[in-house]
Amino acid sequence: MIIASLLFYLFAAVCIGSAVVVVTARNPIHSVLFLILAFFNAAGLFVLLGAEFLAMILVIVYVGAVAVLFLFVVMMLDVEALAIPDTLKRNAAVGAGIGFVLVAELVLVASGWVSGGGTGASVLAIPGDVTNTQALGALIYTHYIYPFQGCGLVLLVAMIGAIVLTLRRRPDTKRQDVSTQVAKPRGVRLVKVPTGSGV
Amino acid sequence: MTPVVFLPALPELFLALASLGLLLIGVLAAPERTAKGIPLLGALALAVTLALVIQAPAGRAEAFYGMFVTDGFAVFAEALVLLAAIATLLAGLRFNAWQGIDRFELPVLVLLSVTGMLAMITANDLISFYIGLELQSLPLYVLAAFKRDSARSTEAGLKYFVLSALSSGLLLFGASLLYGFSAGTSYEAIGHALVQPDAMTAIGAVIGLVFLLAGVAFKLSAAPFHMWTPDVYEGSPTSVTAFFAVGPKVAALAVFARLAFGPFSGLAAAWHDVAWLLCVASLVVGGFAAINQTNLKRMMAYSSISHVGFALMGLAAGTEEGLRGMLVYLGVYTFMNLGTFVVLLGLGRDGAIAESLSDLAGLSKTRPGAALALTIFFLSLAGLPPTAGVFAKMFVLLPALHAGMPGLAILGIVMSAVACFYYLRVVKVMYFDEPGLPLDADVASGTQQAIFALAACVVLFLCVIPGPFLSIAGAAAHTLFP
Repeated sequence: MIIASLLFYLFAAVCIGSAVVVVTARNPIHSVLFLILAFFNAAGLFVLLGAEFLAMILVIVYVGAVAVLFLFVVMMLDVEALAIPDTLKRNAAVGAGIGFVLVAELVLVASGWVSGGGTGASVLAIPGDVTNTQALGALIYTHYIYPFQGCGLVLLVAMIGAIVLTLRRRPDTKRQDVSTQVAKPRGVRLVKVPTGSGV
Repeated sequence: MTPVVFLPALPELFLALASLGLLLIGVLAAPERTAKGIPLLGALALAVTLALVIQAPAGRAEAFYGMFVTDGFAVFAEALVLLAAIATLLAGLRFNAWQGIDRFELPVLVLLSVTGMLAMITANDLISFYIGLELQSLPLYVLAAFKRDSARSTEAGLKYFVLSALSSGLLLFGASLLYGFSAGTSYEAIGHALVQPDAMTAIGAVIGLVFLLAGVAFKLSAAPFHMWTPDVYEGSPTSVTAFFAVGPKVAALAVFARLAFGPFSGLAAAWHDVAWLLCVASLVVGGFAAINQTNLKRMMAYSSISHVGFALMGLAAGTEEGLRGMLVYLGVYTFMNLGTFVVLLGLGRDGAIAESLSDLAGLSKTRPGAALALTIFFLSLAGLPPTAGVFAKMFVLLPALHAGMPGLAILGIVMSAVACFYYLRVVKVMYFDEPGLPLDADVASGTQQAIFALAACVVLFLCVIPGPFLSIAGAAAHTLFP
């Protein structure tokens, strides 16, 4: 139990610390790298909760695909370390005020939190004889089928949107059309090329 | 496990499948045939959905393990959204071709967005509500930026996307707090936990409620969450703006009402305050900011903010009478606002949209029909007799008075007097100014003219025979009060 608690505090502390660095780092590459660190630690928290499937998904999808894509984009854009623009400085007081209100509200909310009494005993969400993946599948395809399919539609909209806003049909680009190539009047001629002499 | 019940959700399922089918047809068929065919098929699919919604058995029915609920209230709001979507698709046909945005993705995105709106209206769980909200919003970002070669259109899309993403974040934060303090995401579970909340739960739940309603108010473009509205209305193609002006607002107000009288009925004092504040801010901002606008689309944006304020007045009253007033107001708003935009869809000059006030100069001589219809809509928007606008305003002002909020009612009357100035100025420009350069003849189409003529008739004659409409709205409002 003590080890689990220690691990929890380790993962949580590193996760929060790296999340702060993601926002404050001047160099965007560093931001993305710290984001990956935050993902790994969140995955660790999931493992502690007994949700190993979610942990693996987080690592495979977010670290393996999303963050790497981020890294590609950031490197391709060649973003310089950004100087803080003047407008940001001017609005800093307003931002700080809103931030203060939000923190005060969070403190209010946290004061309403009633501790369950147990110390560090993680609650297993599912009975021991069913694996995580099975339990998720059984829920997603029955109880949550409606929002699940809705998510599918949202992703479809994202795909359509990306195509609509970026795909341009350029009439002047040369495309290879295999069927017209093959159906040329002269047809296809097979040439046996002797070794060492070329065509 | 009990088998899944899906029959009550038939209209939503049909619309989702129809949009997928149209997408397939659009991809496979020749482009010159899809430009006109897909919008027509889309309007047909929406009409079938409307028939399915209206024909559904009366009474409350749940589906998908309580994630989905349909009742008389949902049917009323869904019918308004579907009518507005059908009208914008049909009226925008010629306009879209003229602006070069007649690609088949536009009606498909409209259909998907309407699916999201229906899902929002019928949501009975925070999860299905949020998915519906995103399914509604995401196509709207793309539609706002649909004229992608225009800097203003892409600016509108980007601005809407960034601000809306922020508001979704706030909404989710509120939803997570509500989940934390009520241990459930379904409306019943939240309502049950918040019937008699202890002091600590109440604080957390109220903060969650405020964040959630702030997110809804953003989609509603109620002040103080209205900043995006004028730019997005102005930058988007007019056919898209027409869709923006009605559908999302009806859906968001329906969600607001369902949350307010369902799960949040235990926190009535809290949501009353929120609705009151949004109402006052929207009335003041919408009324005064519209005075200086010379761009008609910007003016209509501020006008829509002020109308949202009026609709919220009915909600702020917190009674069944007030909710009926809100539904009546939404119904009338749909016709008068949509009608205005449909008239604007037919006005162009030198290949550009005629959207400034001076473009309307002398419209009564060049296009008498359009000028007459616009006059009817503007009189109604201003709330002057003999149009439906005055009748709608009465139905939200009276409940506010009965609920002991005379200040709110007086503010509403004062602000509609202010609003008269900018609506009547447009009428003056149309009837008394000399015509400028001639308008393009090929923008207006028969369908578009028929639609605004129909809307004008509804706005004009709703006062004469209000009975059926009132009883439908009354029955719809009654379903939220068991």
